[in-house]
Amino acid sequence: MKILPIVIGIVAVIVLLVLGGALYTVHETETVILTQFGRAVGEPVLEPGLHFKTPFVQDVNRLEKRILEWDGDPSEMPTKDKMYISVDTFARWRISDPKTYFEKLGSERRAMSRLDDIIGSEVRTAVAGHELIEVVRSNKDRELPPNPTAEGTTASVQQKATRGRMALQKDILAAAAPKLTDLGIQLLDIRIKRVNYNQDVARNIYQRMISERQQIAQRFRSEGEGEAARINGRRGRDLLKVESEAYKRVQELQGEADAEASRIYAEAYNQSTEAQDFYGFLKTLDTYRRILGKQTSMILSTDSELFELLERSKK
Amino acid sequence: MHASGAYNGAMSQPTLAFRNPPDWSKLKVLKWIIPAVLILIMGLTMYYTVPYDSQGVVLRFGAYSTTEEPGLHFKMPFGIDAVEILPVKRQLKLEFGFATQGATNRTQSSGSRVTRDQERSMVTGDLNAALVEWVVQYSIDEPRLFLFKVRAPESTLRDLSEAVMREVIGDRTVDEVITTGRQEIEDLSLARLRELAKEYQLGVRIDQLQLKNVDPPGAVQDSFNEVNKAQQDREKMINIANGEYNKVIPRAKGEAEQTISEAEGYKLKRINEAAGDAAAFQSVLVEYLKAPEVTRKRLYLEAMAEVIPTLANTWIVDHGVTQLLPMVQSSALGGAK
Repeated sequence: MKILPIVIGIVAVIVLLVLGGALYTVHETETVILTQFGRAVGEPVLEPGLHFKTPFVQDVNRLEKRILEWDGDPSEMPTKDKMYISVDTFARWRISDPKTYFEKLGSERRAMSRLDDIIGSEVRTAVAGHELIEVVRSNKDRELPPNPTAEGTTASVQQKATRGRMALQKDILAAAAPKLTDLGIQLLDIRIKRVNYNQDVARNIYQRMISERQQIAQRFRSEGEGEAARINGRRGRDLLKVESEAYKRVQELQGEADAEASRIYAEAYNQSTEAQDFYGFLKTLDTYRRILGKQTSMILSTDSELFELLERSKK
Repeated sequence: MHASGAYNGAMSQPTLAFRNPPDWSKLKVLKWIIPAVLILIMGLTMYYTVPYDSQGVVLRFGAYSTTEEPGLHFKMPFGIDAVEILPVKRQLKLEFGFATQGATNRTQSSGSRVTRDQERSMVTGDLNAALVEWVVQYSIDEPRLFLFKVRAPESTLRDLSEAVMREVIGDRTVDEVITTGRQEIEDLSLARLRELAKEYQLGVRIDQLQLKNVDPPGAVQDSFNEVNKAQQDREKMINIANGEYNKVIPRAKGEAEQTISEAEGYKLKRINEAAGDAAAFQSVLVEYLKAPEVTRKRLYLEAMAEVIPTLANTWIVDHGVTQLLPMVQSSALGGAK
């Protein structure tokens, strides 16, 4: 009577163990490859959910189904024009053939190291085959505006790109992708994340930037001086213009005044011989008044009109 | 928040407790303890809460089952159901080249200074250098894509954003980057980032992209400031010259008008005087013509009466005197007679 619960217990444990060994789950993000004694069996399991396998002999190997990132370390390399730059790239990839991937690489760590090798060398090749400007510019068709503040300085010298970064990235992808398909990897794209000058190059670049800026500053100052000189010149000119125009007007007015006055006088004094005569008489008297004074001694003859009476009374 | 739960697919391994030797006297208690513990575990693992700003993505045996809205929900225990909570209504932020102090989300900016320095240093299209800091704001748009399509969507978005920013900066001159082109750079990189986030199936919506500090590299900063200063100097020189102009010219114009007005006054005066003189002469002339001899005489005598008393000496000499000189001399010595 007491043996039955023990038997039930043992059977239950065995059933649980078998079920535990036979059941496994596949996550939304996973692909599972079953292996039997280390060798892959059957097709990869893509469907997420609960699945069965042969207990004890088959093992579950989980692979990523999602798109994966590869982020390379920045590495220094020369461009075609011998500029040393540090290039940092990233790529996206996915396991396109889980079985091949599992057999040839097995782990993500090994996959990453292959990606490092292959992408790294393709990036190097592409960069070495192009000038720096091709790595920097993305859209070769965009015309850079001339430096608005640096016209006439060396700062306005701009290089033109003939291909550009987008084309380079395509090149790298096209070269690297086929080498990875054999490993069950699909390379989706490669992008250059960062490009920076190495320290020595940077120092030169900074020197150049500084000298450019100095030229621009110099230009501003000389523009200021030039403009100020122009304004000062205009000031001098306008001043002379205003003054001389005024002088001219004044002279005209005075001339007109004198002419008009002369005309009026002439009209009055010239109207008849009597008028002329009378004017002469008046003017002479006026002149006497003006020129005879304290400084004058006058000797008058009794012949004169004024004193003729003296003479006559003597007689 | 992160998809770390993705690896818990095989967690439903029951742990069985073995007790030996069986102590039958305590079996009665044991009978109750085991179900009680099981019920307790079930009770604790059968519910979950989705916060107000989030959605819960439920996985059954690792396969997607439903997406739940905020609130209290039940699920299957023992890891049969797993729930990922995603803050879909929250605006998330990525910072590049700088880090907001005390940010609650530590992944929004790069941890180390060196990385941040690398993030912001860029090469411009005219092969100069610039330091660019920016912020990307995004939210999780499609939880299933975000969780199941791409591993590490957040860091992928970071990488993308950096690549896009450099594409745009690489097509611009350092002057555009630092001064005139900010708006254009923001607009263009936002559009480009949206495009790529869609292409990459990240399941996120890019809401905003803003440039923060954009500077020339530290070593050349001074020379950039120098340019600004020179620009101000230029304005200053021009302003001073204009000031000088404005000080002199209006005044000269006023003075010119003054002299012209005075000349006009002179003209009026001259003409009026002439007219007056002429009128006076005319009146006198009319009278004169009536009696020329008398008038002439009168005028002559009046004039003499005015003039002679003011003279120093006046001699009246007989018309017979021919030798004038001695007389003048004696008067100079002894006074007049």
